[in-house]
Amino acid sequence: MEFNSLGERVSRARFKEMYNAFRNRQELIKAGLMNRRSLLKMGLLSSTGYLLAKNGVSAWAWGGGTYNGGQCASPPTTPFTLPLPIMPVKQPIAWSSLTPAPQIAPNTTINPATGLRYEGRTRAHQAPPLGFPFPTPVAYQVTQRAGLVTVSNQLPQQTIWGFDGISPGPTYVAQYGTPVLVRNVNALAGDNSGFGFPSVTTHLHNAHNPSESDGFPQDFFASGQYYDHYYPNVLAGFNSTHLPNGDVNESLSTLWYHDHRVDFTSQNVYKGLAGFYLLFNQYDTGNETTGFRLPSFPDYDIPMMFADKCFDPSSGQLVFDTFNLDGILGDKFLVNGVIQPVLHVHPRRYRFRWLNSGPSRFQQLYLTDLTNLSANNQFWQISNDGNLLPTPIQVPAVALGVAERADVIVDFTALAGKTLYIENRLEQTNGRGPTGNVKSAGQGGLLLKIVVDLPQVADNSVNPATLPAYYALPSTNATPRVQRSFKFDQTRNGEWTVNDQFFDGLHPRFTVQKNSVETWSLSGGRDWEHPIHIHFEEFQILSGAAGLYPDSQYGGTWGGGSGWRSGGSWGSGGGASTGVNKTRKDVVRLTSRGDVKIFMRFRDWVGPYPMHCHNIIHEDHAMMIRFDIATNGDTNTRP
Amino acid sequence: MSSVTRRGLLAVSALLPLARVLPAGACEVPTGPPAAGPFAPPVSGREMMRRRFFPDVVLTTHEGKQVRFYEDLLKDKIVVLNLMYADCQGACPAITANLARAQKILIEQGKGNVSFYSLTVKPEEDTPEKLKAYAEMHHAGPGWKFLTGKPADVELLRSKLGFVDPNPQVDQKDPASHSGMVRFGNEPHAWWAACQGQTNPEWIAREISFVIPEGKPAAG
Repeated sequence: MEFNSLGERVSRARFKEMYNAFRNRQELIKAGLMNRRSLLKMGLLSSTGYLLAKNGVSAWAWGGGTYNGGQCASPPTTPFTLPLPIMPVKQPIAWSSLTPAPQIAPNTTINPATGLRYEGRTRAHQAPPLGFPFPTPVAYQVTQRAGLVTVSNQLPQQTIWGFDGISPGPTYVAQYGTPVLVRNVNALAGDNSGFGFPSVTTHLHNAHNPSESDGFPQDFFASGQYYDHYYPNVLAGFNSTHLPNGDVNESLSTLWYHDHRVDFTSQNVYKGLAGFYLLFNQYDTGNETTGFRLPSFPDYDIPMMFADKCFDPSSGQLVFDTFNLDGILGDKFLVNGVIQPVLHVHPRRYRFRWLNSGPSRFQQLYLTDLTNLSANNQFWQISNDGNLLPTPIQVPAVALGVAERADVIVDFTALAGKTLYIENRLEQTNGRGPTGNVKSAGQGGLLLKIVVDLPQVADNSVNPATLPAYYALPSTNATPRVQRSFKFDQTRNGEWTVNDQFFDGLHPRFTVQKNSVETWSLSGGRDWEHPIHIHFEEFQILSGAAGLYPDSQYGGTWGGGSGWRSGGSWGSGGGASTGVNKTRKDVVRLTSRGDVKIFMRFRDWVGPYPMHCHNIIHEDHAMMIRFDIATNGDTNTRP
Repeated sequence: MSSVTRRGLLAVSALLPLARVLPAGACEVPTGPPAAGPFAPPVSGREMMRRRFFPDVVLTTHEGKQVRFYEDLLKDKIVVLNLMYADCQGACPAITANLARAQKILIEQGKGNVSFYSLTVKPEEDTPEKLKAYAEMHHAGPGWKFLTGKPADVELLRSKLGFVDPNPQVDQKDPASHSGMVRFGNEPHAWWAACQGQTNPEWIAREISFVIPEGKPAAG
């Protein structure tokens, strides 16, 4: 029988771990091994500057999994040797090559080879009856399947599941006003290496889509089936407030698509099922000589998907902590599917589209010059969650919860010959949320190395320092039809609740009246931080949005008006949105005891949609609520 | 991405506009060229799960029978597993009742091949006899096993399956603290998930049925 220092009984295994922790700490202290180089030499410090959780160094290490009590111990890799992958642009195909031919109503014929319906869709496309073309002018076929990829030259090749067998999947380049049909084929099969479920549904985050094409969590389809998505690529309000073409100020630019299968989303996204979907129009044209003159796509407009993952110490294979319900923190940082790659750039302006794909980690991204750590490397944030801001805002950093996006413009014109790193300086030790500490420059996680050594080239993009105007924010003066509140919390026995109730996929918790306005209050329980996502339309934040986490270097200097709140993320939030939070968004970080108020419309389409935490581990364990949009809505203020 | 192979292992089926369920051989573990460094070869998904999470400890059922956790309870089965203790006044009775209702629904739907297990977090108190009385009180359906064992073994299972609070002090105070999420899975396919024990039993039954394969079985 063993006891801890508080006199409480502990298991033999736990006692052993605590004793080892104590002994290891004694040895570290005795050896004077408290400086960085010693820890590096001992193999206790990763190349990115993180203290490796060795079993026994942390007294909190608990026994889940085979290594280090639930914390990663990936094999060492050499950073900044592989180039940053640029995903291929998805190429359209002829409508006539889609077999069986697409139908407005789902194809329910049984495929004799599988015994299942050809198509997994169960509801008809809403768009064609409203006048959208069928066939669509552009069509695609994408196949979800296993692929063998290299994430690092120090690790074996990995089996991932990806759209067209790559991860991230191909980048869709779409135009407002040009609807597309995507035939989404599920060819996932074979051994899953312990995680990954071959029944999928793909969400286009966060397009203004009819429900049957949106990737609702229960619209899953099996291996051997396909699912046709009709993406209208239409602006919100086209059939309601802003006939006939919608409100141009509701334009989105950077979206992503990813698996959303109820109960298995985290495994599938972690295994690779995600990619970018970019929307262009007459203003965000992809050509820096037209419209808003943003850096040209693809040469100077680069999507970057950040992820952190774990690899098994003995096999070097990607592993998933199946029974960790708090949140998974990887110790390997990937950008576009490769661990700590390197990008060479010309000395001119670039648009980077940043996306945190999780699974759980929060980020605060800086540009760091390791040879000049005190340098203030500011850059321009031009969009939030894929929505161009009213005007660019100069920032020292960008905070991203899982699924948040930020488009930034970095001007390398004056930085020829220099090397910068995208660095995540936000400290996080468990899946519940960041500690609130922002590390000093160079002490965080280095994600991408950027070398400014390509030749001089012409730059016809507009300098964001001239403060060009992008879109105007739609008015939030309308009186809401309903005001609802949602409390996100956890029961004592570990189940997530929304308004003290559990997730029931079979019934909508509430019904929103189509084309109405609502305001929602989102409040968080204690000790956790959650990035809350709502499908269907972008909302506007009326108050309470978290800004940047307080930073000892900039915290005292920057006030609210310059783009972020020096009060940081902790506390009750409070004031009206400023800066980068004065915007349309679809993911909002709910801090411990946070309180956010949003304004939202529900225009043009009907059907079921979810609201959920986008820490994909929480999402799977049902931190989610289903609502339906219908002709008649209810007025339940606390559903 | 020049370093990525576009053609997956399932290259043949990928060329067809309509993917078919794969023929035999698709269940093989994919391998690639070995990287630098002495890496162990990858194992199958179910073997990975067994090694990481399913120690083959000996438990005792409410009928007094000795069983091995992996070999007898999990292997080749579709399982549902929750944690409880007999004197629990909190959520345990509600969750057990929900699971009993879910089990009934599944049986009615012809999906009775699911093994239900409840493991006590108080093995010192919950003898097989006590668990038997609990099972009968809750009308646990056919095949449902209530399990106890040596405290060290139960602790090991509890932590392996994630039913713990990362803070040992919090965890020791209330071993049932993370018991609301019920584990369920299909062991041979290595499909594992967790569902809320306190939600609608019809939804619980639906979730469990996700891991029960339908349609023609894959030949592999």
